Amino acid sequence: MKILEGLYYSKEHEWVKVEGEKVYIGITDYAQNALGEIVYVEMPEVDDEFSVGDVFGVVESVKAASDVYLPVSGKVLEINELLEDQPQLLNEKPYENWILIVELSDQSEINQLIDFKEYEEFCKSESH
Amino acid sequence: MACLFTMPLYSSVFYVENKKLKGEDEMNQLKETSLLNYHKKYGGKIIDFAGWALPVQYEGIKAEHEAVRNFAGIFDVSHMGEIEITGNQASDFVQNLITNDVSVLNDDQVLYTFMCYPHGGIVDDLLVYKFDKNHFYLVVNASNIEKDFKWMKENDLGYDVKIKNISDDVSEIAIQGPNAQQILQKLTDTDLSEIKFFYCKRNVSVASANCLISRTGYTGEDGFEIYLSNEDIKMVWEKLMEVGKEYGIKPAGLGARDTLRFEVALPLYGNELSKDITPLEAGLGFFVKLDKPNFIGKEALQKQKSEGLKRKIVGFEMIDRGIPRHGYEVIVDGKKIGFVTTGYAAPTVNKNVGMAMVDMEYTKLGTNIDIKIRNKILKAQVVKKKFYQKNYKK
Repeated sequence: MKILEGLYYSKEHEWVKVEGEKVYIGITDYAQNALGEIVYVEMPEVDDEFSVGDVFGVVESVKAASDVYLPVSGKVLEINELLEDQPQLLNEKPYENWILIVELSDQSEINQLIDFKEYEEFCKSESH
Repeated sequence: MACLFTMPLYSSVFYVENKKLKGEDEMNQLKETSLLNYHKKYGGKIIDFAGWALPVQYEGIKAEHEAVRNFAGIFDVSHMGEIEITGNQASDFVQNLITNDVSVLNDDQVLYTFMCYPHGGIVDDLLVYKFDKNHFYLVVNASNIEKDFKWMKENDLGYDVKIKNISDDVSEIAIQGPNAQQILQKLTDTDLSEIKFFYCKRNVSVASANCLISRTGYTGEDGFEIYLSNEDIKMVWEKLMEVGKEYGIKPAGLGARDTLRFEVALPLYGNELSKDITPLEAGLGFFVKLDKPNFIGKEALQKQKSEGLKRKIVGFEMIDRGIPRHGYEVIVDGKKIGFVTTGYAAPTVNKNVGMAMVDMEYTKLGTNIDIKIRNKILKAQVVKKKFYQKNYKK
C-alpha cells in the first residue's frame, strides 16, 4: 500500500494536498484497493460550497456505491473532468488523480487532518 | 473504511459486507468452507456472505467475469445447501413441494424450480436432482437452508419420506466457462460429453475423489457443478487450478458470480425473488406448471394468472449517466411505480443496466422510466432483460 509523504490524510481515506488557499483532494491507495474497480465517479459542480464532513460525491465500484466526504470546508474551484470518462484513473494512480480542488475557507481545519505516519498507523489498525 | 462504506451496499448480496468493518473476533465466528486458506492464498478478499467467510473477489470482479465468459472460472460454492429426500413417496412429496413438474424427469435429470408459500410468494429457488423415483437431492440457497429444511419438515405430513439436511457434509465447486469441460475432463475418465445440459452423474471419480457432477451453473456459460466431500475439495480445487492453467482458468468470487448471473437475467433470492414476489411476477412462469395436479401455492398462482399480473420484473438500460442499484426507486411522472431488483455497470455488455419490478402498464419494451439515483432523477428505458445471450451446450 502506497502512502505519500507531504500530504495530509483523513480517517475516511482521503488525501489532501495544500497549496496556499487551494487544496487538492483525492482518495488514497488504501481506499481504491478496498473499493475495487472504480466504474463511476459522481462529482459536485464548480462553485458548490461544502462544510467539513459533507458528502461531496460518490465513488462507485462494480459492486457498490460509496460516499466520499470533504475533509475540509470550502468552495469547489475545479473538478477533475478526466474522471467522467476514465474513472479507473483512481485505481491506477490514486495520488496523481485528484477528484476536486477546493478553496479553503478555514485554514485551521488542516490541523485536524493527520500526517502520513499517523495515516499509515491508522490503516494498519483498520486492516488487521 | 468506515466512511467510504457508510452508504448501504445496494445489492443485497453485498449488503452484509458492512460486517467486513467489524473486528476480527466477529469475522472469526463466520462459518468457513474447507477452502478458506486457498482463497487467501490466491489473494481473495474475504467477506461475510450469509454468515460464511467467502471471497468476494481475487484479482478483480471484471477480470474474473471475463475469464468465465471467455475461458473458465472456478467458484467455491460450498455454502450452498443440500437436502436429501428418500422414501417410497419421495416423488409425490417433491411434486407437492415445488412449482415445476418432477414427474417428467428421467433418472439423473436436474430441474430448476421454486418452492412457494400458499399465498404464491417464494420460499426459495432450487435445483432438484432426481437420482431415482425414491431418491431426490435438493440444492438450495445458503441463506435459506434452515428455513427451507423447516419448510420441508412442516410439509411432509403423511408422506412416507425421509428428509435429511446434509449441507455440512457436502462441499461444492462450480467450474464455468467455454473451457470448463476440457479442464475437468483432464481429471476424470468419465466422458463428460455424455452428461447433457441439466443432467448429472453420480460416483464420478475426479482425481480419485468421489463426486456428483451436473452440467448446471449460474453464469450463462457452459460448465459443471461438482459436489464432493469437505476433505476432497481441497485437492480437487488445486488440481483444477493446475490443469486449468493452460486453458486460462481463474478462481472467481461472489462478485463475479453476481455480475455473471445478472447479465443473463438469472434471478437471485433476496433481489428478484422473495416471499413477497411470486414466480409469475418475476417473469419465471415457465417453471410453474399450473396444469400439474397439486402443489403448495397453486391456487394463489392460478388466481394471479387468471386475474392478470399487476406488476412484473423488466430489464432496463440507463440513458442518463448513473449506475442503478438494488433498492433504488423507479419513477414515472414523479410517481413511484417500482423498484430496482439488481443493477450494475455490466462488465461484458459494458452498459449501465438493471432489472426492476414495475407496475404492469410500464412493462412494454421501449417504455421511458426514471431511476432515482441518490437525489437525482435519471432517464432509462425498458429493454429485454437478457443483456447477454446464454452460451449453453444443449
